[in-house]
This record gives sequence, structure tokens and C-alpha cells, in this order.
Amino acid sequence: MFELSPESWQALHLSLRVAAWSTLLTLPLALLLSLALANKHYPGRNLLNALVHLPLVLPPVVTGYALLLAFGRHGVAGAWLADTFGLVLAFKWTGAVLAASVMSLPLMVRPIVLSLEATDARLHRAAATLGASPLIIFLSVTLPLAAPGLMAAVVLGFAKSLGEFGATVTFVANIPGETRTLPNAIYTQLQIPGAENSVLQLALLSVVLSLAALLCAEWLGARLNRRVHGR
Amino acid sequence: MDVLLHKKLASFELSVDFECKPGITALFGRSGCGKTSLIEQIAGLMTPDSGRILVDDKVLYDSALAINVPARKRRIGYVFQDARLFPHLSVLNNLRYGEWLTPRKQRYATLDSVLELLALGPLLQRRPATLSGGERQRVAIGRALLCSPRLLLMDEPLSALDGARKRDILPYLERLRDEMHIPIVYVSHALEEVARLANTVVLLHDGQQQAVGPPETVLTRLDLRAHTGRYEASAIIPAVLQSHRPEFGVSILQTSAGSLISPQLDRAVGSKVRLRLRARDLSIAKNPIADSSLRNQLRGVITDIAVEEGAFAEVLLKLPDETQLLVRVARINLEFLQLEIGDTAFAMIKTAALDRAAIL
Repeated sequence: MFELSPESWQALHLSLRVAAWSTLLTLPLALLLSLALANKHYPGRNLLNALVHLPLVLPPVVTGYALLLAFGRHGVAGAWLADTFGLVLAFKWTGAVLAASVMSLPLMVRPIVLSLEATDARLHRAAATLGASPLIIFLSVTLPLAAPGLMAAVVLGFAKSLGEFGATVTFVANIPGETRTLPNAIYTQLQIPGAENSVLQLALLSVVLSLAALLCAEWLGARLNRRVHGR
Repeated sequence: MDVLLHKKLASFELSVDFECKPGITALFGRSGCGKTSLIEQIAGLMTPDSGRILVDDKVLYDSALAINVPARKRRIGYVFQDARLFPHLSVLNNLRYGEWLTPRKQRYATLDSVLELLALGPLLQRRPATLSGGERQRVAIGRALLCSPRLLLMDEPLSALDGARKRDILPYLERLRDEMHIPIVYVSHALEEVARLANTVVLLHDGQQQAVGPPETVLTRLDLRAHTGRYEASAIIPAVLQSHRPEFGVSILQTSAGSLISPQLDRAVGSKVRLRLRARDLSIAKNPIADSSLRNQLRGVITDIAVEEGAFAEVLLKLPDETQLLVRVARINLEFLQLEIGDTAFAMIKTAALDRAAIL
């Protein structure tokens, strides 16, 4: 029962790879967007905020379809990427990374914005009187104090990427070894009569992975908080 | 250092024009009179509407010349009321934060000298969250000093501390004033601190500068009483500790107007002290009195008499060194003694009134 089939191993491996890349690539973008959103008031700020959070409320199939339109072989962005960098996303694992990235972006932006807004602006003023430029203040005060939020973003983003299904299957389909991640594999097995055992196995695996990520986040978060606040 | 500025604030207009000499310049006034806004403008954290700020002959702000040096380039140390240490850094790294950002050739403060001055050695590895309020303020002062500032601003650094912690930290501030040769602007609404520390007082009320001068003068002027506060009516005079008389448990202090007997002080012979004599502890006589336990008699000339409604009047007595004493007298006795401006008179105070609160 606990012996994983080669196909399941492949799905697990692919899921981890997609989630890792997605988290890695989304984190800097999420940080930039958070900086543009936290404690800011300018025309268009709410629109930007809504756009970032759109994938959270849109049916994932719609997000996947939009990605297909934009990043498919004949989409504007997709054609440009293919012509300039030879980077093809449609029906490739790289496309799964993009889908996971878009879907996890709002989940990553949220804790970062909250932690940035929670950092004490009075400390920034103190740093300025000590001779620190805005960049140095950001690197030496803002970023370390926002570290617990960044950590939460990484874990949430990773867990979301691991389990992303709707947008992925719509954008890059369900190709064994290329785009068949854990959720895709579970979906496939569900279609096959008599494969309940393997569905259960993969589902349990997902639960274990998600649980491990959350526990790890709790533990790291507590450690980081102690480090940051020195208690 | 020269400060001349105007700024419209929410409820009043801030308007000041003063000069700071080495030592401590106290910005004194009630809460909400614009003190913090004023030093934020000196630090560059807030921009004035117009005016000019000059430190060390360097123009930091001049509205006419469109000069406004940003806070980080002003090299002005700022000690905040709430210390504002970086919670994620150790005490050592908090101290070094500004030092790292100061170009080498502009540095004059060294870590060792600051550690020694503020007794910070034992705290270096601690985190701000584990420090007491007094320790935090000492670290904040050290952090500001290690930027090798041209000027040090202190915004009510003692107001968050209880009485005992205040007494712990005051000697450090005195050393700072006497050993570091930089001007210090010290914001406070506590008369005791100002009287003890300041070389110059700038009195603020609703953003308007009411008076500038040494604390002995500004804090005793009768016409400023509305701003310095009635309850605190008192005068500050300098004295030198002349001798101890341990057999009687007293010390003898010498002032320009005569000697005073105080309960024995815990200070060295020859040290300078400031006495804060409360108007209501003093009484007045036309001639010196013999055969009385009231042997603390200071001779001066009456320069002002303020008669108020009710039982009392206040008499201002100028001592030979130009410092002034404030005496609260019942009006009926003023009438009885027929005291007038220009008369010589004697102010008297019981030894028991020269308690710890009176000796700064």
C-alpha cells in the first residue's frame, strides 16, 4: 500500500520541482508588489491590489484559460517568449510553474504586505537620523523585521504551488512526466476504474506534504520571531 | 548653531529664533507647545515653511537659498523619547549602526570612549527587548553619539522613566554635557531636569519663543510664570560646597550672597551645585536677623514685586552674581515691611527646606 509506483514518484518529483521554482521566482515579484501596496495611497493602488488578488477569487479554469490565451504558442506573450528566448510554456512543466506562480502570488503578497505594514515606521526615521539611505534602511531594518512575513509567504506559496490544479490543467494539460503533478495524477487515477488504492495513496501523500510544510512554517516562524524581536 | 524658523502646525504657528552654545540648550514648555516639531525640523525629519538652520557654520536648511539637507546627511544625533532601538540587532550592533554609516574621516567618537562614558560594556550582547528603560536610553544616546554628530538632539529622554531610573541616568547626561564638546538640544517639560542640566533655556509656549537665557534668569522671571508654571515657582542659584561638618550632619555651601547650611551632601568639597529654592520656602526681612535658627540669610536687591489677587505676592531679589531669588510673601507683610523695588533685603530659608529635591 505504501509502495509508490514509478508514475507516482514521477508526479511527486515534478510537483516538488514546480513548487520550488514557482516559489523562488514569485518571491521577488511578491516582494516588489508588496512594497508597491503596503502603506501606500496613490491612484490605481486599489486596482493593482485587485489585480494581484484576482486569481484568488476567479475560477482557476478562467485563470488557466487567460494564461493559455496570453502565453500559448499563438498568444502575444507566448510567441514573444518563444521567438526571443526560445522559451515555450504551453504544455511544458515551465508553464505549470507559471500557472502555480500566478495562483500563489496573492497568497504570498498578503503576508508580506501585512508584515511590512507592521514594521514600525518610527524605526525608519531613527535609521535616517543615523545616516541611512532609503536602500540601506530597507535592507537593514525593513527586510529583517519583515522576515517572518516573508517566511510565511514562502511556505504558503510553496504549499499552494504543490496543490495547484485548475489553472495548471487548463493551461498545460495533464501530460505524464511533463505536467502531471500530484493533483493531476490524482485526477487521472480517479478516471481509472479500480485505482482507488493509488488515489488514496497520492491523496495521503498530499496531506503529509502540506502538513509538513505548515508545521515547518510554525516552527521557523516562532524561531524567526524570537530572532527579530530578541526575546 | 543658529536656528530661525517658521512652520504652520495644526493648532498654532511655530516661530523661533535662537542660538545654541556648547553645552545643553533646553527647549522648555508644556506638552504640545511645539518642542518635538521643532527638533524634528532641526533633524530634517520635518521641513519648516521658512527660515534657516545653521550648525557648525554649515547651512542645513535655508528657505531663501532653497537648501534642505536630508536628515541622513545632517549628522545630527537624535535621541528619541522612546529610544527606538532596532529590536533585531544586539546592543553592540545598535551602537555601531550609525558608526558604520559615518565616513571614517568624520568620526570623532570611538566605541571605547562611548562604552566608558555610558557604562555600556556589560550590555553589548543583550537585545533591546531585555533592557530596562534606563539602559535603553543609554544605548540610544550611545548610538547617536557614535555617528559623531555635530549636534545632539534629545527629546524628553527621561520622560518614560520612573524617578529612580531618572536619578540613575542624570549623571550620565551631565558627563555627556561636560565631556563631549558638542552642542546638545534637550527637550523637556520637567523643570527639575532643565534646572539641573541646562546652560541655556528656550521657553516655548504655543509655538512661540517666550524667552531665551540662562535657567537662573528665565525660570525665575515673574512675567513668564504663566508658562513656567505656578506650582513650580522657584529660583536656581549656583553654589560651591565649602566644607562638611559631619559632627552636625551638615554641609556648608557658599553662594554669592552668603553661606548656607544644608543637610550633609554626598559630594566632594569644592564641587559646584545648583540650588533650587522654592518661593514658598523663602521668607524675607529688611535687616539681617540675629538670635534665630534661621541662619541661612542671602542678601540682595529687590528688582520686581508681583502683587496678585489673594493673600500672596512674589518678590524678586537680585543677588550679587546677578542670579535671582523668588520669594513668596503674604501681601499683608509686604505692606508691614514697606518693601519697594530697589530696596536691599534678606531672603531666608530653613536648613530643612534644603532637602534632596532642592540640591541639583
